[in-house]
Amino acid sequence: MKKLACYFAVLMFSVLIVAIPTIDAQEKLTIAWAQWDPANYLDELSKDFTAETGIEVDLVQISWSHFQDSVFTAFVGKSDRYDIVIGDSQWLGRNSVGGHYVDLTDWINENIDVDAIYATAMEAFAEYPKGSGKYWALPAEVDANGFLYRTDLFEDADEKAKFKEKYGYELAPPKTYEELRDIAEFFTRPPNLYGIAPWYSKEYDGITMGFQQVMWSFGGSYGDPETYKVEGHINSDDVVAALEYYTSLRVFSPPDAPNYYWAETLDAFKAGKVAMAMDYFAFFPGVVDSNQNPNYYDKTGFFVSPAGPKGHAISIGGQGMSISAYSKNQDIAKRYLKWFMQKPVQEKWAQLGGFTPHEEVLQSEVFLNATPFNRAFAASFPYLRDFWAVPEYAELLEACQTGWNQVIIGSKSAKDALDEIARKHEAIFEDAGYYD
Amino acid sequence: MRTARFSRGFSDYQIKMAFIMPTMILLILMNIFPLLWSLYLSFHRYKASMPNRPAKFIGVQNYARLLTDPEIWGYFQTTAYFVVLAVITQFIIGFGLALLLNREFRYKGLVTTLILLPMMLSPVVVGLFWRFIFASDASGLVNYLLSPLFGGPIGWTTDPKIAMLAVVIVDTWMWSPFMMLISLAGLSAIPKYLYEAADVDRASRWFKFRWITLPLVSPLLLIALLFRTMDAFKMFDIVYVLTREGGPGIATETVSMNLYKLAFRNYNTGKACAMAYILLIIIVALSNIYVKHLNKVRGEA
Repeated sequence: MKKLACYFAVLMFSVLIVAIPTIDAQEKLTIAWAQWDPANYLDELSKDFTAETGIEVDLVQISWSHFQDSVFTAFVGKSDRYDIVIGDSQWLGRNSVGGHYVDLTDWINENIDVDAIYATAMEAFAEYPKGSGKYWALPAEVDANGFLYRTDLFEDADEKAKFKEKYGYELAPPKTYEELRDIAEFFTRPPNLYGIAPWYSKEYDGITMGFQQVMWSFGGSYGDPETYKVEGHINSDDVVAALEYYTSLRVFSPPDAPNYYWAETLDAFKAGKVAMAMDYFAFFPGVVDSNQNPNYYDKTGFFVSPAGPKGHAISIGGQGMSISAYSKNQDIAKRYLKWFMQKPVQEKWAQLGGFTPHEEVLQSEVFLNATPFNRAFAASFPYLRDFWAVPEYAELLEACQTGWNQVIIGSKSAKDALDEIARKHEAIFEDAGYYD
Repeated sequence: MRTARFSRGFSDYQIKMAFIMPTMILLILMNIFPLLWSLYLSFHRYKASMPNRPAKFIGVQNYARLLTDPEIWGYFQTTAYFVVLAVITQFIIGFGLALLLNREFRYKGLVTTLILLPMMLSPVVVGLFWRFIFASDASGLVNYLLSPLFGGPIGWTTDPKIAMLAVVIVDTWMWSPFMMLISLAGLSAIPKYLYEAADVDRASRWFKFRWITLPLVSPLLLIALLFRTMDAFKMFDIVYVLTREGGPGIATETVSMNLYKLAFRNYNTGKACAMAYILLIIIVALSNIYVKHLNKVRGEA
C-alpha cells in the first residue's frame, strides 16, 4: 500500500511538473531581435499592443555577436522559441528558400497597405526574389549608413580659414567622397585627433557595409542580378578605384581602425578621437544623449553618406519582421504585424526613436524634426541599396569581408583581392546552380 | 524476503546491465550517433539551413575539395605555426615556474593560486580584456608602455605580421599555469632521497636536473604537452574574440575558426563535417605520436 502511495505521489508530481507551464500559459508572442536601442523602443511600443489585445509580448534581445547564430540555430532545430524574428535583409533568401519564414504574400496583399510603405524598404526587407512580388516580411526598422561630425571643429573660424586656404573651398559637411578625404586629411593630427573612423572590420558584415556604398558610388557593382555573372563587375576598374580610395582613408583614421565596425567608430567619436565617423543612424540617439556622450552630445552634426564620381548609393541597414515557420502562434504574430503597420502605431514608433518605413510618417514634419539626425536619415532613403540577399549570402559576404580587409591591412593589392573575390563568388554561384 | 525476491527477479548480469545502460544510451545518443551521422553527412552535399533540400551523395568530393584548396592548407599552416609557438612557450614558462615553486617559501600557496588564476577564466573573457590591453592607441596598456620604446603604437591586432604573436601571448598567459600545475605535480612526486644520494656524491645541480628531475618528470610533462597540443589545435575562442574572427585578413584564421564559419555561418554542413573529420584524424595522429613517445619514456624509466 505504501509502495502504491509512493508511485502515486511520483506520478502526481510528474503531472504537476508537466502541467505547470500549461496552467500558467496565456497568449504570448515572442519576438527575437538584436540587443540595441530600437529593441527597447519596440519593447515600449508593444505595451500598447498588450493593452489593446491582452496578448503579452516578450521581446528577446540577443547580443549582436550572437544574434545570427542564435536565430539560425533555432531555425535549424525547427524550434518554436521565436514567433517573430526581426532579421537582416540579407537573411531573406536563406530563410525563405530554407522554409524558415512564413510566406506572407497573400496575407500582406489582403491586410497591409503596401503602397503606404517606402518601396525601397519593401523590396529590401520583404521581397524575395527581388521583383517577384513574393513577401516574407514587413519592414520594421529601416536604417542607413550615415556620418557624424564634430560641429565644434567644423564651425571653428580658425579651422575654416585654414581649410579654405589649403583646399580652396569652404569647410562644411562633405557632399562627395573627394571632399570627405580632404576633410579627413585636414583633421588628421595624431596621436590625439584623426580625420575619420570608417568601417574596416572583418567582423560579420563590417567592411562590406562600409565599402559597398563607395563601390556603387564609384560606378561598380557586385554583379549582374539577372545572370549572377560577377567577373568584370566586382573586379572592374571602377571597383579597383573605389577600393583604393577606401584604403587611402586608413592613414587618416586611428591606428586600430582595421578593427572598426559600428561600436568602435561610435566609441572613437565619443572619445573625441575623430572629426568624422561612419555609423548607422539607429545608433545616433546615443550620440546626442548627454549621459552616453557627455563631451560631444551638443557638438555633433550629421550628414548623408557622400556621393561618388559616378553616382550616389548608400548601404541599407535595419531589419524586417518575419514570422517563424515553426511558431505555434502564427495568427497572433500576423495580428501583431498588422497592428504594427498602422499609421498611428508607426507615428508612435517614430516618436520613440524607431526608423519607420511608413512613407507618409517618414516625410512628416513631426518625424523630420523629432531628432537632429532624422532629416539626414530621410534624405538618405532614395539612395539605399543592399548586398546580395540570396541563400548563399553568407559565403559571398565571407569572401568580401576577408578580401577587402586584406587590402586595408596591406596584405593584398586591390586588384588581386577583387579578382580573388570575383573567382570565389562565381564558384559559389556555380556550386549553387545559378548558371545551370 | 524482499531481497530474495529481487534477486530471483534479476540476474547479476541484468543488474549490471541496468546500471550500465543509462550511460551507454547517453553515450550512443550524444557521442556515437553524432559521430556516425557527421561521417555520413561528410559524403553528402547538405546544408542544415536548407532542411527542405535533401542531402545528395557526392562521394569523397567534400574531402577532395578541402584537401586541394590552398586556402585550407593556409589555415592548417597558421594553426601549426600557432600550436608550435604556443605550446613550446607555455612548456618553457610553465616548467620554469614549476621549478621555481618546487621549494618551500613564505606565501607559496598564495603565489601558486595567483599564478593559476588565468586558466580558471573563460577564454572569451580573456580575449575581451586582452583586446583592451592590446588596443593600438594610448588606451591600450601594452602600447602605453611600449610606444616610447618603439616610436609609436604596435598594431597587435591590426598588423598581420604581429597578430599571431598577440594570440600566442594571450594563450600562453592563460595556459602556462596548466603546464606549471602538471609539472609541479610531477616534481613533487620525485622521492627526496634521490637528491640526497646525489648530494652525497657531490653531484652538480645540472647533473641532478638532467639525470634525476628530467627523467622522472618527463612522463607527466608529455601528458601536459599532449593535452595542450590537442587543445591548441582546436584554438577558436581567443581568435574569435581577440583578433575578430581570425583577422587581420586571414593572419590568425585557424582551422577551427574556418570550420566554425563553414558550419555555422555558411551552413555548409557536408563540407564542415568532412573538415571536422580531417581535423579529428590529424589530432588522433598527433596524439598517437605523443602516446608512443610516452610509452617509450615510461619503458626507459
